[in-house]
Amino acid sequence: MSIAEDARHVPDGNAPPAQIDAEEARRARTRRIERIARWTLPALVMVLAIWGWHRVVTVNEIPHYILPGPGLVWESLVNDRAMLMDAAWLTFRITFMALILAVLGGAGLAILFNQSRMLEMSFYPYAVILQVTPVVAIAPLIFIYVESKIAGMLICAWIVAFFPVLSSTTLGLNSVDHNLRDLFKIYRASRWQRLVHLQLPSALPYFLGGLRIAGGLSLIGAVVAELVAGTGGIGSGLAFRIQEAGYRLNIARMFAALSLVAAMGVFIFAALSLVSHLLLRKWHESAVKRET
Amino acid sequence: MTAQPAPHSRPQHAARAVSGRSRVLTMSGVDKVFGADVVALEGMELEVREGDFISLLGPSGCGKSTALRLIADLMPPTAGRIEWQGGFHPGDLGVVFQEPTLMPWATVAQNVWLPFRLRGKSFAAARDEVKEALDLVGLGRFMNAYPRELSGGMKMRVSIARAMVTHPRLILMDEPFAALDEITRFKLNNDLLQLKARIGCTVIFVTHSVFESVFLSDRIVVMAARPGRVIRELGVDEPYPRDEDFRTSADYAAHCRAASAALHEAMGDAA
Repeated sequence: MSIAEDARHVPDGNAPPAQIDAEEARRARTRRIERIARWTLPALVMVLAIWGWHRVVTVNEIPHYILPGPGLVWESLVNDRAMLMDAAWLTFRITFMALILAVLGGAGLAILFNQSRMLEMSFYPYAVILQVTPVVAIAPLIFIYVESKIAGMLICAWIVAFFPVLSSTTLGLNSVDHNLRDLFKIYRASRWQRLVHLQLPSALPYFLGGLRIAGGLSLIGAVVAELVAGTGGIGSGLAFRIQEAGYRLNIARMFAALSLVAAMGVFIFAALSLVSHLLLRKWHESAVKRET
Repeated sequence: MTAQPAPHSRPQHAARAVSGRSRVLTMSGVDKVFGADVVALEGMELEVREGDFISLLGPSGCGKSTALRLIADLMPPTAGRIEWQGGFHPGDLGVVFQEPTLMPWATVAQNVWLPFRLRGKSFAAARDEVKEALDLVGLGRFMNAYPRELSGGMKMRVSIARAMVTHPRLILMDEPFAALDEITRFKLNNDLLQLKARIGCTVIFVTHSVFESVFLSDRIVVMAARPGRVIRELGVDEPYPRDEDFRTSADYAAHCRAASAALHEAMGDAA
């Protein structure tokens, strides 16, 4: 019953360092360089781009109402920070709420569709139609029928964001290992047990993939909704500030607000990637570092 | 209930019918047809007695896995009957598939807990049994490991522990060691016999390896393909426990020759 020969397959963290040959040393060096370059290279590109931008503006003496230099944009970020932060907070709230609704709606629909084939056949085509119709085209209609600006914006953002969650979760729920499905059947598992203990965990990696896409899309949905909804009662989000600054030829503020939108998108993606990593790191191949 | 003779004559193995062990499962005239005309199994007769180690041996497509799935009640037979006797029932089964079939998101202990969990038994209540089953397959130290951290052979041991943890009286195994290397396979063959002796269960084992079937079983049911059917039943009347000495004995070689000949006959029919 000994498992001595099997045990050697278990990764052993404190193995003695073996003799390193030339190729291994070269590989280790490449890895080290790549690790540093992964952060420094994009940073360097950014610094160069900003410097180039600055040079183009000063050398050609471009007026600030056409293209402001990076200094002016920074100034606008600092001087208008109160207004921009308010706007960013509103956009973020809409985006975040839309994402929550997209997750509940997308995953909920996926589970419903998975439980009832008839329901899926009835409604899946309409989910696709909703997805492929550009939200910019639907948004004006929504704001005609929906009184509340907030509700209208949420609906717009939800329409764009729920589909990736729905389709990837559906795929995940259907990707259960056939033998495991048989095993559950042999053990007389109920439909509920099968869903909770087998299908949902199997679908998790797929769901998280859809979630990352939905995060970016709900920001796009929120921005589009703001542009269509205009101002009114609820304060103004970043997209509205961009539009407004454009009308006033305050190009620096446009860039400042735009940079905040971009930063928010990056933040959402990074946060969702982190969530995904934390949930999967123990067991899923995508999150597991290779030992060899 | 063993008094009446088997409904169909099985000349190769008349001796078994008079043994005192009670019958647990009888398949009579079982057909399985997929779609309109794919005959996976035709007229299958099988009698399983308590404590048997039966191998279903045959080329691919001979319906041996189909037979197992029918016994596991994963699908109904097209014709014929599968009768459970002596208090045995399809709800009291252990199953091992060709792949380890572990849930990658759960630890080894949680995987072995699964049969209990689905019957509503908490982990705390099942912990001792889970530990015992893992100790039996030599993996007691790996309760909290995740399947991806284990080798192929270890995963298969976890799968076996899961099949045995509820002490089912019948265990079905569908080519469980086919994907493993030979050294690991031999070792798991030895261990499986020890485990069976320890737990005292009945085993139906699907394989396409002559050597494996001879080493493990006391009865070999040889099957042929197109249509899938039983063509011969061979007895391996060698005492247990069997160990490495048996693997090199002349008796073992003779049984292997007989099984090989039957398998060739099965393949010839199929060609």
